[in-house]
Amino acid sequence: MRNQNPNHPAPAGLDRLGRLKNLAQAMRRGVLDRAYAAGIGHIGSALSVVDILAVLWGSVLRDAGSTKSTRDRFVLCKGHAALALYAAMRHTGRMDQSTFETYCREGTHLGVHPEPSLEGIDVGTGSLGQGLSVACGLACGLRMERSPARCYALLSDAECNEGQVWEAAQFAAHHRLHNLTALIDANGTQAMGRTEQVLDLGSLAKKWEAFGWHAVEANGHDHGALLEALEAPGDGRPRMIVAHTVLGKGVSYMEDRVAWHYQSMTAEQYTRALLDLDCDNREAAA
Amino acid sequence: MRNAFVAELVECARRDPRLVLLTADLGWNVLDAFAREFPDRFLNVGVAEQNMAGIATGLALAGKRPFMYSIATFATMRCFEQLRNGPALHHLPVCVVGVGGGYAYGNLGPSHFALEDLAVMRSLGGLRVVAPADPLQTRTVVRAVNSQDGPVYLRLGKGGNPEVPGLAGRFVWDTPEVVREGGDLLILATGAVTVEALAAAERLALKGIQAEVAVLAHLPPQPTDSLTGLLRAHRGVLSVEEGVLTGGLGALVAQAISQADLSCRLEMAGVRGPLAGAVGSREHMLARQGLDADSLADLALGLPRRKGYVTRLEAKA
Repeated sequence: MRNQNPNHPAPAGLDRLGRLKNLAQAMRRGVLDRAYAAGIGHIGSALSVVDILAVLWGSVLRDAGSTKSTRDRFVLCKGHAALALYAAMRHTGRMDQSTFETYCREGTHLGVHPEPSLEGIDVGTGSLGQGLSVACGLACGLRMERSPARCYALLSDAECNEGQVWEAAQFAAHHRLHNLTALIDANGTQAMGRTEQVLDLGSLAKKWEAFGWHAVEANGHDHGALLEALEAPGDGRPRMIVAHTVLGKGVSYMEDRVAWHYQSMTAEQYTRALLDLDCDNREAAA
Repeated sequence: MRNAFVAELVECARRDPRLVLLTADLGWNVLDAFAREFPDRFLNVGVAEQNMAGIATGLALAGKRPFMYSIATFATMRCFEQLRNGPALHHLPVCVVGVGGGYAYGNLGPSHFALEDLAVMRSLGGLRVVAPADPLQTRTVVRAVNSQDGPVYLRLGKGGNPEVPGLAGRFVWDTPEVVREGGDLLILATGAVTVEALAAAERLALKGIQAEVAVLAHLPPQPTDSLTGLLRAHRGVLSVEEGVLTGGLGALVAQAISQADLSCRLEMAGVRGPLAGAVGSREHMLARQGLDADSLADLALGLPRRKGYVTRLEAKA
């Protein structure tokens, strides 16, 4: 199958999904540990995309984070969720623990937003609305080179407030960038409120479909559903997966609370968060 | 100048398969030669400069050498942050091409005046800002751009820019090119307005004042040795640029003088007036801003007296 990662052979559905579940759990733990150690926020956004990144980095992207010219490219357009990306790199063997632990320490290459000086990061991001254009350029350039590599981009829903996103949407559709897959982390929240209250986006899937993309919706925490959407045969159009997610997914008191876009954890909150993760683990084991 | 750019770009593209040309739907009847010969390497992205900057970034990350073309205001200011976070941050071989620098589109009004482009682009670390003086120098610059690996802003005039006598297409990064020798003062110019500076020097010669004229096409972020050396050899300098005085050539010269404690006195010619107001042809706009040959000659003539030094001519008398 085109999208299978040679580094992560997954012969049977259950094995693959089981492995992804473990990966996502490890990533959530990594996110909480590093966010607590650094006293940094943006935890909710990182937890929101953990499952998407686990599926992409754990099972879909080929040679991600390597220097191979044929590697699939990944652009984290919503750069503020970089902690989850670092966790994905850490737990798929692209980053060692000591590097991971430099997160937000003085002089680190692991800032709140990803920067290109960090090995494995193709595109530095952080200013919303700009990543998809770069992904379009990458997809275009890879196609010119007749490269088999694909380009993946992960946006936030509120990022679609930015006009440039729709410039890129038109371009990708017009040029039929079949090697481009974008996902939207549709958690319905943004920095200062709920998306429908700040600037109502309506149906994102309908909007992208209207812009000439092949748009589907999926549960952004269901690994099987994400894999199915990512690996379905293409029809020549660029692909958009509107992944419905929950801000702060996995930590009960953070889930769907706007405050956890920015807030950092107290010691007590950190302990409670870890207990939540353990509960999830036990439920999974049961 | 823009035709020279395209002609040279076609030459470069024949040698370098990585070269691609993007436009944000501008360059009708100008870019056709490239588009005809390299249809697979020509992309009109539509009226979307921010997206164009991102696409250029992505293409460069995929190993291409993109030139992105638009009117100078749109090519720089509309997508400034995209250029900062893309080609500048990632240090990529993206060349931003701004056509119609300064008042080239005089009649089109303030939305099309590119007066701040040199200043804002100079503020981007690692990005080279170049404003060639004439078509022949433009061709040399395009070759130089394609022989280096960092981001560049190439500011062009429009069509019909005359050649600068004595320049003969010479261009070296960081380096002023002397096009007329003289010992009484230095006139240092950048971009298409250089011809006015040279004409001003001829007017001064009629009055017995010999002005040296030099072109500084590449405006580096910091003063360079070659610039400082040139300034050290003169008692007075008039800087001439078709743009605002904040952060452009004059500001660079001031920094050079200050940092090296030079005795050279500085007068800056550039755009001082408000953006709003009546519009006219480029010639009209240059005259209104004191950037035509007559105004520049007057400014140069008064420089020694205003700055309190004696020219060679006066010393002899």
